Amino acid sequence: MAVLVDKNTRVLVQGITGREGEFHTRQMLEYGTQVVAGVTPGKGGQEVLGVPVFDTVKQAVAATGADASVIFVPAPFAADAVLEAADAGLRLVVCITEGIPVQDMVKTVALVRQKGVRLIGPNCPGLVTAGQCKLGIMPGNIFTPGPVGLISRSGTLTYEIVHLLTKAGLGQSTCIGIGGDPVLGSTFIDLLPLFEEDPDTQAVVLVGEIGGSDEEIAAEYIRTMRKPVVGFISGRTAPPGKRMGHAGAIISGRTGTPQAKVDALRAAGVPVAEALYEIPDLVKQALAHR
Amino acid sequence: MKIHEYQAKEVLARYGVTVPRGRVASSPEEGRTIAQELGGRVVVKAQVHAGGRGKAGGIRLADTPEQAEEHARAMLGARLVTPQAPQGVLVEKVLVEEALSIAQEYYLGITLDRAKQRDVVMVSAMGGMDIEQVAEEHPDAIVKVWVDPWQGLMPYQARQALYEAGIAREAVPTATKFLLALYKAYVGSDASLAEINPFVLTSEGQCLAADAKLNLDDNALFRHPELLEYREESIEDPLEEEAHRRGIQYVRLGGDIGIIGNGAGLVMSTLDEVSRAGGKPANFLDIGGGAKADLVRNALELVLMDPNVKGVLFNVFGGITRGDEVARGILEGIRSLQVKVPIVIRLAGTRAEEGLALLQGTQLIPAVTMQEAARKIVEVTR
Repeated sequence: MAVLVDKNTRVLVQGITGREGEFHTRQMLEYGTQVVAGVTPGKGGQEVLGVPVFDTVKQAVAATGADASVIFVPAPFAADAVLEAADAGLRLVVCITEGIPVQDMVKTVALVRQKGVRLIGPNCPGLVTAGQCKLGIMPGNIFTPGPVGLISRSGTLTYEIVHLLTKAGLGQSTCIGIGGDPVLGSTFIDLLPLFEEDPDTQAVVLVGEIGGSDEEIAAEYIRTMRKPVVGFISGRTAPPGKRMGHAGAIISGRTGTPQAKVDALRAAGVPVAEALYEIPDLVKQALAHR
Repeated sequence: MKIHEYQAKEVLARYGVTVPRGRVASSPEEGRTIAQELGGRVVVKAQVHAGGRGKAGGIRLADTPEQAEEHARAMLGARLVTPQAPQGVLVEKVLVEEALSIAQEYYLGITLDRAKQRDVVMVSAMGGMDIEQVAEEHPDAIVKVWVDPWQGLMPYQARQALYEAGIAREAVPTATKFLLALYKAYVGSDASLAEINPFVLTSEGQCLAADAKLNLDDNALFRHPELLEYREESIEDPLEEEAHRRGIQYVRLGGDIGIIGNGAGLVMSTLDEVSRAGGKPANFLDIGGGAKADLVRNALELVLMDPNVKGVLFNVFGGITRGDEVARGILEGIRSLQVKVPIVIRLAGTRAEEGLALLQGTQLIPAVTMQEAARKIVEVTR
């Protein structure tokens, strides 16, 4: 079934009546995603693109059996929207919203982890299972079904890499943009095991960047994996102390340097591409050596 | 957002953190007046966003108000050169405070532990030193407590950390109150770092924040209108300030090739690629998702405000962002800004072909891949 979502996933859109929410609902529907419900408090009873809108997530789940949610709610209210989704029993919540206060996420992530709800994001492009389901804002037309999984801290960089893979004849299973914030619902270490267990995935591309130590932590787990992983780290020439667009992309003091990440991945046997265009070849080599 | 020491102390004091008596001055005369009001020995401290001020002459003791005025005159308007700011930072304000009779110097810090996804409180008896250096050389000298975000820092946790770190036993009750107030200030102001170094125990048995560093979460400023006034002084680069006004994500990097792209990761990779091709990026600039023509024009104008820029590279992979919209913005920019430097453009993804068609017959240099674009911009600016 690939990872986390497939053609049977029943999707709910929180913030469906907003400009972004409606635009991307249309794109998700065009991709073939089953969008079964929308939620905007106060707009219950309306319809957006033929999708029924409810006042609360609880009502939407009861009426439609939605099992995954994607959130396009403005930053001041986004953490509350995640908690509402988690409380209503959804198993997967994808938060696209950028600019959520870190303290809101520290609290929210602690709670969703305790409840066993899978949160992707925030500040992320969402995820796509090629040819089956798209949750979020990635451009659907670049994906082709195939054996390569991808986990990335960056959106557009993911598109660039998927484009390169597709051009090289390498299709994708599931591609997940985990987000650019310092506190994320799911990091590499949370998602790698899902790809390891997924029968549709034969290799994984891990796209990291400066800031934090999630790549180093992931490297330890990769040592134990049967499936090959290929890495890429962006921000190799970024100066320390400067936030490079993403709230989480910053080298602070001695942590978060690109070299530490590259070294950790290589020490775990992961080939790390110096430039993006090298990724497809490294994936092909990894698949051949299995 | 980084704020100055005097601003940090204003915020901390609101939450009951004890700070030395003092005020900020913008002129030498004002410095003298404050010293007079305080009476006795004072310390004059340059207000800059750079560590290592003390060694650079940015912290000076004054026995008389006249001496305080003298120190203020020497600092104000001068550039303070520290190991962290080798090119020097302009001193626009000085903090004049009562000098403390220091019995002990400790360290207190609160920040986010990204790996554990919770805030961590750090206490050390080795105050006044760079904490990263302490962490490396004496890791056991730092006691850490991780805080449950729904519960907050509990008094017993603060007490336990202070005893374990070897803070003078008689000072622990006062220090516990201090640390709990510091945590309240950290949470209450949505800080990403609160650091008291040194945290001073005076010979009279008082606990005081001799220095204070407070970094605030930009994403949370919407709920802190009282902190917005600090914003102005938080950005030191005039171009970064202009970018902020225009709502553009821009970081000055000091090279001579202007970079514009969509998405932080893609722009970062473009910087890497240009560096690999032997070039020096002038900036990081992310136009974000779904940018319209006028934003692209604005971005180009901003990049060209940097006089060092000898050429500009556009790298856009369209998803929600449309290639034709970007091309229209570039064309508008070239027309209205009278661009004299070469521009290399790489468009891919949504409506890239339409965009490239619009740019045909202009002096723009097209490229198909990111590497080709990087190579070309380095060649034409050499």
